[in-house]
Amino acid sequence: MSKPLLGVILGAILGVIDGLTALFAGPEVAAQIVGIVIGSTIKGIIAGVIIGFVAHKYNSLPLGLLVGGVVGLGLAYLVAMFPDETGKHYYVEIMIPGTLVGLILGYATQKFGRRPARQTA
Amino acid sequence: MSNLSDDQMRRLRDLVDAPDLTGTRYRIERRIAVGGMATVYLAHDESLDRNVALKVLSLPDSGTDLAPRMLREARIVAQLEHPAIVPIHDVGTLSDGRVFYSMKFVQGQTLDQQVASQSNLNDRLRLFLRICDAVAFAHSRGVLHRDLKPSNIMVGAFGEALVMDWGIAANVRESGEARPAVASTAGSSPDPVTQDGVVIGTPGYMSPEQAAGSAKAVDHRTDVYGLGTVLYFMLTGRPPVSDSAAAVAIDRAIRGEITPPRSINSDVHRTLEAVCLKAIALRTEDRYDTVDALSRDISLYLDGEPVSARVERPWERAGRWINKYQFIVIIALVYIIVRFFFLLWRGL
Repeated sequence: MSKPLLGVILGAILGVIDGLTALFAGPEVAAQIVGIVIGSTIKGIIAGVIIGFVAHKYNSLPLGLLVGGVVGLGLAYLVAMFPDETGKHYYVEIMIPGTLVGLILGYATQKFGRRPARQTA
Repeated sequence: MSNLSDDQMRRLRDLVDAPDLTGTRYRIERRIAVGGMATVYLAHDESLDRNVALKVLSLPDSGTDLAPRMLREARIVAQLEHPAIVPIHDVGTLSDGRVFYSMKFVQGQTLDQQVASQSNLNDRLRLFLRICDAVAFAHSRGVLHRDLKPSNIMVGAFGEALVMDWGIAANVRESGEARPAVASTAGSSPDPVTQDGVVIGTPGYMSPEQAAGSAKAVDHRTDVYGLGTVLYFMLTGRPPVSDSAAAVAIDRAIRGEITPPRSINSDVHRTLEAVCLKAIALRTEDRYDTVDALSRDISLYLDGEPVSARVERPWERAGRWINKYQFIVIIALVYIIVRFFFLLWRGL
């Protein structure tokens, strides 16, 4: 499996799990859970593509973790910018787990997945 | 009259014992090592202006089989072009009839010296893999080393491993038999080191079949045993059978009386101990079937994967998995803790 594809699949899985954890926030979230999971999954897929592509191009665990953390944080920030019906933002609750998901993606795509074969002249 | 010091005496003896290299392109610099059959010198190759190691038969051939054995050794090593096997440059006979050959001069330490200074076990195991690679290559060419031990392995200045001293090596393919061959250069007389009843090898490191003088039982798994003894030394700093009396060591080797590595060094992982003990099993059929199989288990251990020599318990498997994927486990735990923290925070 290529690294970008691994990133997409893992990003989607972690996105679904990350979205579902919102259920623990309280019964009022249950009504919005489908939207949250879909949004979280799309976020995970986008992060997976970017992080997986970086892992495809560069073989460096520190770089993978840095990119994973930054992308996870950035995408989570974009999501957190949207307030709930009461106008309240959940920056910390969304951005910290989002960063952690990005770090996992960064680590996994650097450690696993097929690296492109080296081309010789 | 003043007495000569020990050092002066040693130099004088070296000078007297030094072979006459007249007619060759070599000039002796100093003696490096003395073996039972030959002496190794540091020599300078005048033609190519480089230092070489020169192995010279200790005594002129006087009807013994030493000269053919040394020629055979040179020819066997010459067949083995591998980065971890010292290359032979030249072979010849001195004016007094002594056979010699020149080879690459390796600057470094023998493995027994190097292990004492190399504290990282994983680095030692990676070095062991390179030694396995050289022996597996020799096997692929039909050559058995039969005297693998730490002092026969040099570790170069850049950490490269070099398998040395193929003096009692045998070429299995020369005879087409399953056991080590009769020396092709020894005329019609059979190679004595492959005859039944002759004990070859080094006490402390020799396999039970070698200790028993059972030449027919000697095959590639004898080298697996030899590699196992090298691994044992890397793990414990001692040979598997350590006894000052050779006869006792041989007897213990025959009976397979080996102290498990963890009894000497409790830091040795159970998995590594199992790999080592499988390599030095008493019966050849209980050992790894090939050097590659042994090498594969060490690679799997280094990669945090299960090995063929040991069946793990479920909690050991879980522990190994957690150890291997520490980062993911830690991040996942942090994620769970963070989520739990937010849950509590909102509930307040």
